[in-house]
Parts: sequence; C-alpha cells; structure tokens
Amino acid sequence: MTTLLFIEQLLNGLQFGVMLFLMSAGLTLVFGVMGLINLAHGSLYMIGAFAAAAVAAATGSFLLALMASLAAAALAGALIELTIIRRLYDRDHLDQVLATFALILIFSEGTRWLFGSFPLFLDVPAALSGPVTLPGGIQYPAYRLTIILVGLAVAVGMFALINRTRVGIRIRAGEADREMIAALGVDIAKLYTFVFALGAALAGFAGALVGAIQSVQVGMGEPVLILAFVVIVIGGIGSIKGAFVGALLVGLTDTLGRFLLPQMFALILEPSAAVSVGSALASMLIYILMAGVLIFRPRGLYGVA
Amino acid sequence: MFLRTAVLAASTALLGAMAQADVKVGMITTLSGGGAGLGIDVRDGFMLAVKQAGRDDLEVVIEDDQRKPDVAVQLADKMIQSEKVDVLTGIIWSNLAMAVVPAATAQGKFYLSPNAGPSPLAGKGCHPNYFNVAWQNDNLHEAAGAYANDAGLKNSFILAPNYPAGKDALTGYKRMFGGELAGELYTKLGQTDYAAEIAQIRASGADSVYFFLPGGMGISFLKQYAASGVDLPLVGPAFSFDQGILQAVGDAALGVKNTSQWNKDIDNAANAAFVETFQAEYGRLPSLYASQGFDTANLLISAMGKADVADADAFRAALKAAEFDSVRGDFAFGDNHHPIQDIYVREVIKEGDVFTNKIIATGLSDHADAYAAECKM
Repeated sequence: MTTLLFIEQLLNGLQFGVMLFLMSAGLTLVFGVMGLINLAHGSLYMIGAFAAAAVAAATGSFLLALMASLAAAALAGALIELTIIRRLYDRDHLDQVLATFALILIFSEGTRWLFGSFPLFLDVPAALSGPVTLPGGIQYPAYRLTIILVGLAVAVGMFALINRTRVGIRIRAGEADREMIAALGVDIAKLYTFVFALGAALAGFAGALVGAIQSVQVGMGEPVLILAFVVIVIGGIGSIKGAFVGALLVGLTDTLGRFLLPQMFALILEPSAAVSVGSALASMLIYILMAGVLIFRPRGLYGVA
Repeated sequence: MFLRTAVLAASTALLGAMAQADVKVGMITTLSGGGAGLGIDVRDGFMLAVKQAGRDDLEVVIEDDQRKPDVAVQLADKMIQSEKVDVLTGIIWSNLAMAVVPAATAQGKFYLSPNAGPSPLAGKGCHPNYFNVAWQNDNLHEAAGAYANDAGLKNSFILAPNYPAGKDALTGYKRMFGGELAGELYTKLGQTDYAAEIAQIRASGADSVYFFLPGGMGISFLKQYAASGVDLPLVGPAFSFDQGILQAVGDAALGVKNTSQWNKDIDNAANAAFVETFQAEYGRLPSLYASQGFDTANLLISAMGKADVADADAFRAALKAAEFDSVRGDFAFGDNHHPIQDIYVREVIKEGDVFTNKIIATGLSDHADAYAAECKM
C-alpha cells in the first residue's frame, strides 16, 4: 500500500514537473536569448486557459480548445513583442520588470472585462475523465497521465528544435552573441518575435491543460510564474535542458515534500503539531532547494559560466 | 498661534456637524485577483441594500484590498485618517481581518464584518465596536461535523488551507464530529493542485472527506477529486459550493452536501425579495456572500434609523438590537456580537442548466459560537 502511494506521488510530482517545464521553457528562452525578464509570462498562461474555456464552451471540442489556446497565446505573445517588449531589450531589468508588471495588470483587468470575475468552466474531455489502472494496481487519473506524456513529447520536440534545426542554431547563437549573428545577416528582430511567440504558445498550452483540472480564473498565472522563475534559476537561465531538469526537481520536491514531511514530523511530534510544522516546511522546500543549488552552482545546474 | 487654534476648532466643529448628518462607510474588499468573486458579491449585495434604502445620508467608499494584508492595512489607515469614515466593512479573508479590525476598533470606528469571523475576534479579542454579521469561522464547519454524525460517517479525512480560517474550520468540524480522523492536512493558501493530497486520501482508508477550500481552490479540488476515482462521500461548508463557483465546477459537485446559514430557498419575504431584486439588478443568482453583504447593509441602515453615529453608545446599542429583516429569517447577536442563527445542510442540484443548492435539513438550530464565553466586554 505505501509503495503504491509512493509511486502515485512520484507520478504526481512528475506531472507537476512537466507542467512547470511547459511554463518555464518559454521564460528561460526569452531570458536567455533576449536578456528580458518577462513577468507577463503568467498572463499568457491565463490567456491560453481562457481561450480554451471559451472555445470549449462554444464548440464542445477539447482538441479545438487546445489549438485555440496555442493560437491565442502565440498571437498575444507576438503582438506584445512587436508593440511593447521590443522597446525593452536595451533597457535595464528594472524597466523591463516595471513594463511587464504593467502588462500583468492590463491583461488581468482586460480578461475580467471580457469574461467577468467568476471562474469559467473547462472540463477534461470525456474520453480522459476518470482513472486508469496502471500495472501494479495503481489507480491514476487518465488525464494526468496524458499530461505527463504530452509534456514529455513537447520536451523532446523542444530539444530537437534547439539542437537539430536551423532556427535552433540561431537561437543558440543569439544567446551566445547577439551582435555577431546580427552581423552575419540573421534577422534578429524576426527571430526574437518567433522565440517570444513560441514561449507564449507553450505557456498558453500549459494554461489550457491545467485549466481543465483547476479553475480558469483571473490571476491564475501569477503563482505559477513564481514557480517558473524558481525552475529557471535552478536549471540555469537560458538552458532548455536546465529548465527540464529544474522543473522535474521542483515538481518532485514539492509533491513529495507535501506528502512526506508531515509524516516524518509525526514520528517526533504530536500529530497536530506535526501537520502544521510539516505543512509549513513543505511550502518552503522548493525555495530551500533553490538556495541549496545556488550555493554550489551560482549559475544554476546548466547555466553557462 | 491663536488663529491656528481657532481655525482648528472651527474645522473640528464643522467635521462634527457633518458626521452628525451623514454616515460614511469604508468598504475594503477583494475586487481583483483570485478571490475577487467573493468581494464582488459582498459589494453587490451591500450596494443593493443601500440603493433600496434610498438614503442620501449614507455614503460608501469602496476600495480593493487585492487579498493582501498590507494593502488592507494601508486602505484602512487612509479611510480612517483622510476619508474620516465612521464604519468599516467588507473584508473577506480572516488574515486581512486580523490585520485591520483590532486597529480600527481601537480607534473608535465601528467594524461590521460581512464575511471573515476569525476565532480571536469572537473570544479574547472581542471588541464592543466589532460586529460580525456573517458567522464565526467555526460555525458552518461545526454544522458539517454534526451532519457527518447524522449521516453515519465514522472516519473522516479532513483538509483546509494553512491560514487562520483554515485552522478554525478544522477545529469547528472536530468539535462536533464524533467519529475518528483518518488524516488531517493543511494545504497552502491558494494551492491549485491537490494530486498529492488526493493520493493520501485514497490510501488513508477514510469513509468520507471533509474539506474547506474556498473559491478557486475548491474548484480545483472538486474537479481533480472527481477525476481521481476516489469515490468517498464529500462534505464541505458552503464556501466551495457557492453560486459563483458551482458553474465552473460542473457535474463534479452534484449531490455534495454542504452547510450554510443562507440559501436562496429560505422561505421568508425578505429573502424572496432579495433573490428577485438581486437577479434583476445584476443578472445572476446571489451567493451566500451577496446575502451577507445585503444583511450587513440592512443592519447598518436599521441602526441609522434609531441612533446617531456620533453617539457611539446609542449607535452600538442600535446595532446590537439587530432589528432588521434578515434574509436568513431569525437573526440575533450574542453577547460577543456574533450571530446566533440556524445553519442548514444543503445539497448541490441542477435546476435546468444552472447548478445551485437546495436545503435538505437544518444542521444546527439557534447556534452560537464556542468562543463567546471567553469574551469579556
């Protein structure tokens, strides 16, 4: 029984980590390639979820809803890159934080204006609702299993894109020396718009996937944004591989911490104290992990020195 | 020097004269971010009552606390010092209430709580100027514990967020529940993924789950619980089943029993009129939060009809008398200025296309909170 529970929690941690990867992949690319801190990344996540909920309500198709989330977030990403973000590349980080924070407020209130203050309904497709029985007799929600598979597929796709394609070479070159690749005739402006839209699309996709099992509401992106920043700092800024490893680390640490810490404290404390101490410590655990990684690897696990 | 004192005296006199004529209310509530639905309902219920009263001597200033304690404290300071309000109200979250209420009442302002009812303010920290029009935090959970006994549940797994109201919730449930606890968990406030908790529920051998997860947290939990295949009966307070979020939860909530001091089918004239006019005004069904906002405003208006807010003792007595038509039917304040009221058990049903609640039983009658005895005032 306990082994089963532990394996189920491992799967939960994996699923959470994969979600975080979708969110942080775009963030780390934008930070790494363009040197831009984008606080509005969480808003793109929210846009994806709202677009999916609206399309699912209109058409009843979850697949169309997912495509809408990709399209809407990519479009919103490209649009803000062309109109606002583009002007921030040469500014210092404080200006970027200020401007993208303003974008959060604009997107949040704009969404409230369009959709109202009450959460929207977005449900998992009927084919994936309910649990499946895995080998060993573990009951696990089919939808979460799908998220894990989809997330891993996206991760493989991202590796291939970065390491095997011409665009990927340009992105890596842009990270290393952006003046040089501009001098070599690469249209850096177009590349930046592409990278930004790609990151936005992934965030929107994550929002739609998660929206189906959580609540689609204004402000849903900000808590995830904080975790995504933790992930990219742990993984090393600009590294897709780092984002992947960091996301899985954070996902597993958070899930297993929430599960194991209260039980561990129960061995030495009385039950109610164990629950409150364990819960409190569990919510700090990923930040402790981040601090620990930064002590030994100040640039993150895969950061370039 | 003399001139300045004279001007000061004159302006103070002027202010006094103004206060005598008007009551100025400062409403600090959550209008943006994740918890906005609750604050908007309280505001809309409150303003509906104000509009229906049609008094021109009542002014309401509304500000958004963004669910942040520091923002709420700043707003309260601003309202007390520069807006010179007489009465404060509106706070949804207990951690914000704990940050604002003691300081406001200590400065001689009245505070009417339309939602948060943390236990310290009902017990040792009670104050003559603090009135809770909704409930003490434990109340709905106590009713849920009593209901669980009636339903023959013996072994509950209980969980709530790690903040003052979450602790009050589990304390309240445990106070009344006679069975065993299969497990007890505190989650992060604002947490949206409950996979780890649900796995523990599955492994715990419980026969029922009691959860207090207000707003979006409840939506996430219910949907994930439905998908997990854990098929234990759920019991909760009304906060995860209010009108604002039921549509977002969908079928996952159908049939769940929850406890509330109000529902739209409570049979009295005030409630029927409230449900009808709220729908006409805002185009949606009212939630329990809206009913609490509505009652809070009507309590204030009833006191204004009997006493002048400048005469604090008379105004306090008028509030304490609570002579207004509550949408809950019978309503009275106990000695610690918290309600003594019936708490009902509701079931989530579907009326046409709309998910809503219907009352199936009375959980606790004329129920007062457990902290009243600790209150010395």
